[in-house]
Amino acid sequence: MTTTFDLIVVGGGINGASVALFCARAGMRVALIERDQICRGASGVNAGTLTLQMTRVALIPYALEAHAMWANAPEWLGHDVGVVVCDGLSLAFTEGEEELLTYRAARRREAGAPIEIITGTEAQGIEPGLGASVRVAGWCPIDGFANAYLTGLAYRRALVEAGVALLERTIARGVDETEPFVVNTDRGPIRGRRLVIAGGVWIEPMLAWLGVTLPIKVLINQLSVTERVAPVMRTQVGIASGLLSLKQYPHGTVVIGGGWQGWGNRETGRSGIVPDSIIDNVRLACHAIPALAEARLARSWTGFEAETADVLPAVGPVPGIPEAYVCGSIHSGYTSAPYIAKLLAQCILGQEPERLLFPIDRLILQPASAATVS
Amino acid sequence: MVVETDLVVVGAGPAGTSAALAAANAGLGVILIDEAREAGGQVYRAPARTLKASTKTRDRDAVVGVRLRAALDRSSVRFERGLRVWSIGERFRTDTAGPEGVRTFKAPRLIAAGGAFERTVPFPGWTLPGVMGLAAATILLKSEAMLPGRRVVIAGCGPLLAAVAAKVSGGGGDVAAVIDMASRRQWASVMLQLATRFNLLREGAGWVLGLARRRVPIHFASTIRRIDEADGLLSVEIGPVDGKGRARPGRSSLINDVDAVAVGHGLVPGVEITRLAGAAHTYDRLRGGWVPVLDAMGRTTIEGLYAAGDGCGIRGALSAATAGTLAGLAAAGDAGALDPDTLASKSEPQLKEAARLDRFSAAVSDLLALRPGQVADIAPDTVVCRCEDVRRADIDAAIADGAADVNQLKHFTRCGMGPCQGRMCGDVVGELVALHAGSREAAGAWTPRPPLRPVPLADLIGSYSYNDMPIPKPVPL
Ligand SMILES: Cc1cc2nc3c(=O)[nH]c(=O)nc-3n(C[C@H](O)[C@H](O)[C@H](O)COP(=O)(O)OP(=O)(O)OC[C@H]3O[C@@H](n4cnc5c(N)ncnc54)[C@H](O)[C@@H]3O)c2cc1C
Ligand SMILES: Cc1cc2nc3c(=O)[nH]c(=O)nc-3n(C[C@H](O)[C@H](O)[C@H](O)COP(=O)(O)OP(=O)(O)OC[C@H]3O[C@@H](n4cnc5c(N)ncnc54)[C@H](O)[C@@H]3O)c2cc1C
Repeated sequence: MTTTFDLIVVGGGINGASVALFCARAGMRVALIERDQICRGASGVNAGTLTLQMTRVALIPYALEAHAMWANAPEWLGHDVGVVVCDGLSLAFTEGEEELLTYRAARRREAGAPIEIITGTEAQGIEPGLGASVRVAGWCPIDGFANAYLTGLAYRRALVEAGVALLERTIARGVDETEPFVVNTDRGPIRGRRLVIAGGVWIEPMLAWLGVTLPIKVLINQLSVTERVAPVMRTQVGIASGLLSLKQYPHGTVVIGGGWQGWGNRETGRSGIVPDSIIDNVRLACHAIPALAEARLARSWTGFEAETADVLPAVGPVPGIPEAYVCGSIHSGYTSAPYIAKLLAQCILGQEPERLLFPIDRLILQPASAATVS
Repeated sequence: MVVETDLVVVGAGPAGTSAALAAANAGLGVILIDEAREAGGQVYRAPARTLKASTKTRDRDAVVGVRLRAALDRSSVRFERGLRVWSIGERFRTDTAGPEGVRTFKAPRLIAAGGAFERTVPFPGWTLPGVMGLAAATILLKSEAMLPGRRVVIAGCGPLLAAVAAKVSGGGGDVAAVIDMASRRQWASVMLQLATRFNLLREGAGWVLGLARRRVPIHFASTIRRIDEADGLLSVEIGPVDGKGRARPGRSSLINDVDAVAVGHGLVPGVEITRLAGAAHTYDRLRGGWVPVLDAMGRTTIEGLYAAGDGCGIRGALSAATAGTLAGLAAAGDAGALDPDTLASKSEPQLKEAARLDRFSAAVSDLLALRPGQVADIAPDTVVCRCEDVRRADIDAAIADGAADVNQLKHFTRCGMGPCQGRMCGDVVGELVALHAGSREAAGAWTPRPPLRPVPLADLIGSYSYNDMPIPKPVPL
């Protein structure tokens, strides 16, 4: 292990894999350390929704760029992740939801998302599968979804082609030195001049290796999928509150999500569903698309999603440690990751990123306040 | 809404029913759940209601089934019939769904007794209509009193071959041939080990003699090479195999004009509940695959969770009942309903019986175990995962693409993502990955997730009003 890499990326989710890919393509010698396999965590089990109607307003310009990237993934990634670009609808069934939807759609429109409010009848024209009780809907022609479980295969091929040293099934345990960085792993030390922390919900313990305290809230998102069924819908469907995401894949399965919470533990890595909240999520789905009730549930699962105190990304340099960076906790992070990771890669490569990063200074607890919090 | 009790038992086959009875007799409140309407499980399956009056032929299994159900009726066990357990949670929340909606039970102890699945090692034509599992054929015969076809080929391995053949020909069907992977030598050594079990030997001998009387050809050390269909009829090509299940060079022959084939290559323990709960498991080829790590009483490595029957290693119905009784006693003892001395004295004869049966079942399980050569022989074009239409060649390509274990393979190919969630193909896929990964341990096992069986969404949602739904706080803008 005498090689000194130009860059070590810890965590092989969509964020780490994208940063590694762009830096390697720009000529850097990159090592990617992944405890499990590439994109098998959140990045391989997420709902793959590429919607602007659930994206935070501040992230809309980024998500728009990222959507365009996903729409032609084979071009820049080189491989297919089953992206379908289609209309997106966000539904309001009650007066309260109508108010919420109208307000939120307007804010997102200001930020650049082409969302229009349409009547229930118009919505049914776009999505014949809808139930009768839709009052109004937010309609956005820039929407769609990817097939998240293909992310690992696509990225793995791209990373191998770009010459990234893929260290799968390798557990990073700490950072022993910083100039250059020496990452301590269960397979020995890995040396590199630069370091990117991209461990999903585990960026908190990873940043602690560098003496930085950045609290991350751990969300345990649940998803369900039905067996293959005859077409019941043709759009990506959500609701005003953001608590539903629903689409049918070309092969016929319907994925039901929306951020309903399961149980889980970041330390053990174990997580599971909460039956009552699966049932409520499925009820919402069947309320939106009644024909779904005929389908059978094939599988429900969970994944870990990271959230910062202000629910905005942690993407940028680690203060006080030259050449250390972090990339994670992006809301609707599957959608935006390729673009935001590209911005971070530009920064690492010494270029001016084409858009602002999300520096983490605002999120870091100083030692004194950290002590009072814990 | 949540019904609480001392012990939940999932599965009312011989294992679960015995467990429930033992625990209830010791004073525990017991809820026994099965998706079937009647207790009995696979072996002691009750005939469909409409058939009851007309069924005259009562074999030994049918008689045991009637007795089992009567004992259950007389006991304090609360039998919840027709409920499909779809999720098992902490300490042990048990969520069920049925046509009447969802119901939830909870107990500090749970016994998993869900039984086994049939394994079919794929060959060209195994997915054709008219080709069914050997064990599946027993369900038709038992619960529907239906013949799989008029002219039937029965193939695969294990004691079910003779049993199914006897039932088909006894019921007026024509058994075109029995194709057994085991050789005469292998059978002879099993018979030697069975010598102490007279009734079983007698029963087995009865089947074989019956087949001989009807001049049913039995091909030993043979397997189906492929099945082709023309004009609604099947033609079955058979050929010789070696002891590891590999095709031996040698003449193949054709059996024509067949309308059904029952083929099965043993059973795989259904370990979803113990795996979902996070108990430790180990790979045991002889017992059918991945099995939970258990002590002699059936305790898993998770406190309060027990397992019994074919769901923790293929041992057959008699062993299942004994293991069930032991697990029921252990649960009662651990709950404090039996003092240690009583527990020990009640368990002792059962432990002896279990050990005795184990010697016998080990002999049979050798016949039923997966033959590695048979898996290695699967042709590139043969579909392995029939739900998702994934061929051997697709699996090999994914492995070449970097899929290092079965879960990564699943993401790369959709293999195991269909309605059966890999219950049918999982064991064979594990073996295919192990050819490259080096061992079944390295190949791993698919991550277990609910539902334990597919559930109609309609059953899950019941009737509800949108306005009454608890919708969490909207995500921030
Ligand atoms: C169920 C679910 C549904 C979602 N749905 C959507 C959606 O529809 N649309 C959308 O845009 N976003 C969605 N998201 C969010 C999105 O999936 C995440 O924002 C994104 O995948 C995060 O990527 P990441 O690379 O930061 O983290 P991860 O994918 O979690 O990657 C982190 C990696 O670090 C590895 N790691 C951890 N510790 C170590 C260690 N010590 N050593 C080495 N490696 C380590 C992990 O194994 C993991 O692979 C969803 C999330 C979940 C959980
Ligand atoms: C299809 C099939 C047919 C077989 N036929 C024979 C035969 O004819 N003769 C023979 O000697 N052996 C047969 N076997 C072997 C048989 O498994 C054992 O001999 C014996 O039945 C094992 O008893 P058990 O109690 O462990 O499981 P089983 O008898 O299989 O009982 C398990 C019970 O659990 C229930 N169950 C499982 N999961 C759930 C759930 N999620 N929710 C609710 N209920 C659930 C099932 O409905 C079933 O009634 C067969 C096996 C299979 C798979």
